[in-house]
Amino acid sequence: MSWILLILIVAVVLWAVGAYNGLISLKNQTLNAFQQIDVQLKRRHDLIPNLVSAVRGAMDFEKDTLEAVIQARNQAVKVNAAGPDAVKQISQAENALSGALSRLMLVVERYPQLKATGNIAQLQEELTSTENKVSFARQLYNDTATQYNTKQQQFPTSLVTGWAHAEPASLWEIEDKAEREVPRVDLSMKPKS
Amino acid sequence: MTEETSLNLFQQQDANRRRTAWLIVCFVLFFAWLGFGGDYVYSRSTAHAPPAQQHRVWWFGFAMLGFGTALAWYAYRTGPEKVLWATGAEEVINPADDRQRQLVNVVEEMAIAAGVPRPRIWIVPDPDPNAFATGNDPEHGHVAVTSGLLDLCNRDELQAVIGHELGHIKNLDVRLMTTLAALVGAVLLMRNGASRIFVSERGVGGRGGRKSDLGPLTVVLLIVWILSWMLAPFITQLLALAVSRKREYLADAMGAQFTRNPLALARALEKIEMAGTPSTHIKSGAAHMCIADPLGRPLGSREGLLADVLTTHPPMAKRIAILKGMGYAQLKREGGAVP
Repeated sequence: MSWILLILIVAVVLWAVGAYNGLISLKNQTLNAFQQIDVQLKRRHDLIPNLVSAVRGAMDFEKDTLEAVIQARNQAVKVNAAGPDAVKQISQAENALSGALSRLMLVVERYPQLKATGNIAQLQEELTSTENKVSFARQLYNDTATQYNTKQQQFPTSLVTGWAHAEPASLWEIEDKAEREVPRVDLSMKPKS
Repeated sequence: MTEETSLNLFQQQDANRRRTAWLIVCFVLFFAWLGFGGDYVYSRSTAHAPPAQQHRVWWFGFAMLGFGTALAWYAYRTGPEKVLWATGAEEVINPADDRQRQLVNVVEEMAIAAGVPRPRIWIVPDPDPNAFATGNDPEHGHVAVTSGLLDLCNRDELQAVIGHELGHIKNLDVRLMTTLAALVGAVLLMRNGASRIFVSERGVGGRGGRKSDLGPLTVVLLIVWILSWMLAPFITQLLALAVSRKREYLADAMGAQFTRNPLALARALEKIEMAGTPSTHIKSGAAHMCIADPLGRPLGSREGLLADVLTTHPPMAKRIAILKGMGYAQLKREGGAVP
């Protein structure tokens, strides 16, 4: 009788250790994925001044768009938030930068003669890739964080959540689609050729 | 990534680790069988000979055991480079033109999406559109595409194909498939050597004209033993075929999960299928590693037992249909119009 109890206790302890380790592993993956976003954002911040100065000569007539990109970039670099809404503040600034960049890409799209210039095609590729890298890093973070949050809430694992100091991770908000569409309309109002 | 797919990922990784280990163990055991079987037959046939000519020490078996172990270890360690070498792939270190730069960017993006280190990138100079991944673990992955694929696909489609390949890398399919390719290569090489040995041995036996006293059991064993020497290449080939079919569906799903764009992969597969020129660079030893069957086998478009046994890849039409289903479901969720 007593050894059945012993086996039961050992089984429970083994399960708890497994669940604990699972949570810790997910927590680290989430942190890691978040750092990956940071890496990509920093890469984007470093890249933008170079890109803008590369096209400045060719795009003299679209100063506003370039200016907006630079401003959004400087704003995003300045955000050095910590605490509970860190993710929210950073993501707001970065979404603004994404908006400015997508406007720049739309502008480039609008001028076929610009695209013919070699370095503009390169610029377009680099911008696309940079934006993709940021959004894929965000996607990985959101996926991992969702998995982590779900794990914390699911029943047997939820018993060891406190022990593992697991807290729900906040997701990286993806901006409204409508927000992105505004500049598209704005641009079509002032075509130049 | 939902709970379920992540669980599948870990199960898949474990299964691939286990299968690779089994594959190597069976490979070594098979060599031991070839060796000790030969020793047994030889010792039976010399049982009544003078003691000096008796086969007492079974050195052949131990030699084969050691040889098999060394070969398996060598194949496992150098598998990725051998596969890349066999296809004539060239590594992209400094991208030479816009297409290569785009390829590097796309691979970097997909590595971020998959959460694995950036694999090394190779281009196979071959007009047939195809791609494969190799490597022993995600930390040392390789992705290779043919130049035909680069010419054929646009950015989204290229991204989808690379996503599929990173799926193979992330769930450790590459370890199993690369080891298998290296072992198949080793066995094929060996058969060429072994057939020479048999020919010369038969010559020796005939010249001696010694009447051997093999019992019926020994004769059967001898036949089985010789047969297994001859059949080894076919068995390993069949193994290669059986191991890869199911994985393509899974890698398609993982690629779609990384890109969130299943329709791009469906388009890429359609284009690859339409191109259909047999590859000249990717030989049968590495066929099971590619995104599409490079040999264009006629059975490849069918489902069924025979197709299961004789082809490395599931029917393209079915893969495309599944991806399209995923894509339309996604469009519906996002409230877009289904084309």
